[in-house]
Amino acid sequence: MNALKEVIPSNAEHFTEDSLRINKISDKIVSSIYREAESIADRVVSQEKGKIDWDRRVDDVLTSRWLGYPIMLLLLGVVLWLTITGANYPSQLLAQGLFWGQDRLTEFFIWAGSPGWLHGFLVLGVYRSLAWVISVMLPPMAIFFPLFTLLEDLGYLPRVAFNLDNFFRQAGCHGKQALSMCMGFGCNAAGVISCRIIDSPRERVIAILTNNFVPCNGRFPTLIALAAIFTAGAVSGTYSNLLASAAVLGIILIGIFTTFTISYLLSRTILKGIPSSFALELPPYRKPRVGQIIVRSILDRTLFVLKRAIIVAAPAGGIAWIMANIYIGNASILTHTAGFLDPFAALLGLDGIILMAFILGLPANEIVLPLIIMGYLCTGSMLEMDSLQALKELLVVQHGWTPLTALSVMLFSLLHYPCGTTILTIYKETKSHKWTLLAVLIPLSVACIVCFLLNQTALVLGFG
Amino acid sequence: MIALVGNPNTGKSTIFNTLTGMRQYTGNWPGKTVLQTQGFYRFNNRHYKLVDLPGSYSLLPSSPDEEVARDFICFARPDCTIVVADAACLERNLNLALQVMEITPRVVLCLNLIDEAKRKGISVDILSLSKELGVPVVPTVALNNYGIEDLKKTIAALVEGKLECSPRRIEYDDEVERLVEDIESHINPIIPRSLINFRWLALRIIDGDSKLLEAIRSYLHLEGEILI
Repeated sequence: MNALKEVIPSNAEHFTEDSLRINKISDKIVSSIYREAESIADRVVSQEKGKIDWDRRVDDVLTSRWLGYPIMLLLLGVVLWLTITGANYPSQLLAQGLFWGQDRLTEFFIWAGSPGWLHGFLVLGVYRSLAWVISVMLPPMAIFFPLFTLLEDLGYLPRVAFNLDNFFRQAGCHGKQALSMCMGFGCNAAGVISCRIIDSPRERVIAILTNNFVPCNGRFPTLIALAAIFTAGAVSGTYSNLLASAAVLGIILIGIFTTFTISYLLSRTILKGIPSSFALELPPYRKPRVGQIIVRSILDRTLFVLKRAIIVAAPAGGIAWIMANIYIGNASILTHTAGFLDPFAALLGLDGIILMAFILGLPANEIVLPLIIMGYLCTGSMLEMDSLQALKELLVVQHGWTPLTALSVMLFSLLHYPCGTTILTIYKETKSHKWTLLAVLIPLSVACIVCFLLNQTALVLGFG
Repeated sequence: MIALVGNPNTGKSTIFNTLTGMRQYTGNWPGKTVLQTQGFYRFNNRHYKLVDLPGSYSLLPSSPDEEVARDFICFARPDCTIVVADAACLERNLNLALQVMEITPRVVLCLNLIDEAKRKGISVDILSLSKELGVPVVPTVALNNYGIEDLKKTIAALVEGKLECSPRRIEYDDEVERLVEDIESHINPIIPRSLINFRWLALRIIDGDSKLLEAIRSYLHLEGEILI
């Protein structure tokens, strides 16, 4: 075995003596391979003349200097509009069905003579938050995911990366970050994993730390529901969906803008360096397999995310109910906690319940809105919560939400720390406590600063 | 054990899915597979383990995922390596195929996406390509299962030894060939031929890729001890 150890280093040393010569030889080896490939390809491939290269033409439009961005925005807008418009009706149906179920469950518990706390915990706590998660989340996801996968299957994502490359370069980071950012729309944990396509460690960390600034599917429904509630009534009918889409689009753009800003700041401060160049292949457009996309994106993604939400939402709903119903002195734990958080939350344009929902929502962002509703329902009077209209009633009339509150919640939801799964993934990917901590602290401070500035400005200007 | 390599975005994961019946996540963008994924399938009463490797342009790696692919083919010594190639840009894909063939003789070239190539007016002479390379070439359209049975049959024949490959050897210029010969004669007495392809090892020594040489050394050391 010793002899074996010897031979390789000795030879290697022998040949590294003159590195110039080695380079020349390596080049020779590589070019021999390339020449060979070329000559074989020449002999076996025949190209028919006169065919129009449609891919090229489409690319010229989609990635053109002037049309690239508008088309991107338009596509995103259309996807959001379809999601919001399409989700409205099924959401209502689901809510009606599930809350009808709640009434039957209540009747059952009364019939069975079970104690009030059991009914409260299981039905008003667990079941009700589940019903909310499902009816608010399922329809938008079932529409958004297939549409997004469709674009991905077509081959549009690399074009997005191509378009955004310049921005990322300006921000001092890697152009492939556009790809990991796009994956973040599906799920931030997946987005963080996809950062592996970025080779340079510096740029990878930037991509990981900023992935949270695009809303994942857990936060989309929250954004969509709030946008829908607060734009409905502002304008009528069809236009309200358009306005809601525009609002969500705006929020997403703010998220992307934040990604660039924070990336820029990071690459100028703690993660200094020059952006590395890379070759990005624009893959050919492929005919997407529509049937498979629908089946896969619903089975694999939608149901997966929904399952996760349900697993987290059920206990969280139970806990919220317990907190609302165990009294210390003359108020419930929930009221105490909310009251404790209120002063700080007010600075950000939120209230104690909202802030607590965000804190309790750490395991999964999906449950933030249901938790807010739970919190309000437990403290306020009972309502038949079977439509967005009822939700608006609860938020605006009973708990004094203004459009500014909704905007603050949406911004806070967009910018605040990533969910528990993502944090864990970040730790696994970076293997560093420092980066993981920063991945939580940076978004958190950005969220606080943005909400604070927004609300104080609004206060000075006399809104809110 | 079968390895699946190929340029990025040639449909490796789709081939992987059709072979194993799994539903690995696929996407139309290069760099999607960042980890190697494993799956199984049965054919003619035989179990096959299939490993999907990250997309690579070359086995002279410029990125970590390409290293993963190279190390796997080199050190895990799969029974058969499927090189998935995009029929529409064969030349670039052949670079990789030729490099894989330098390491292992048991290679099947899976010429995927031939429907797309046809759409672009590109046609490939399968028979002469197979003759030129000295390995079997199977045309496929993974999306609709076209050619998958053929692929399975070819893999089986190769693994069972019914099909012999004589992969085309790239001839380098005299200087390189002389060096290769010299180094091979050094390696010959100390490393068993079954462990690694001598010619390839010699070429890498000439390349002077120190990181790879380090990996090779520890691999040979490990395997060698097991053998002894």
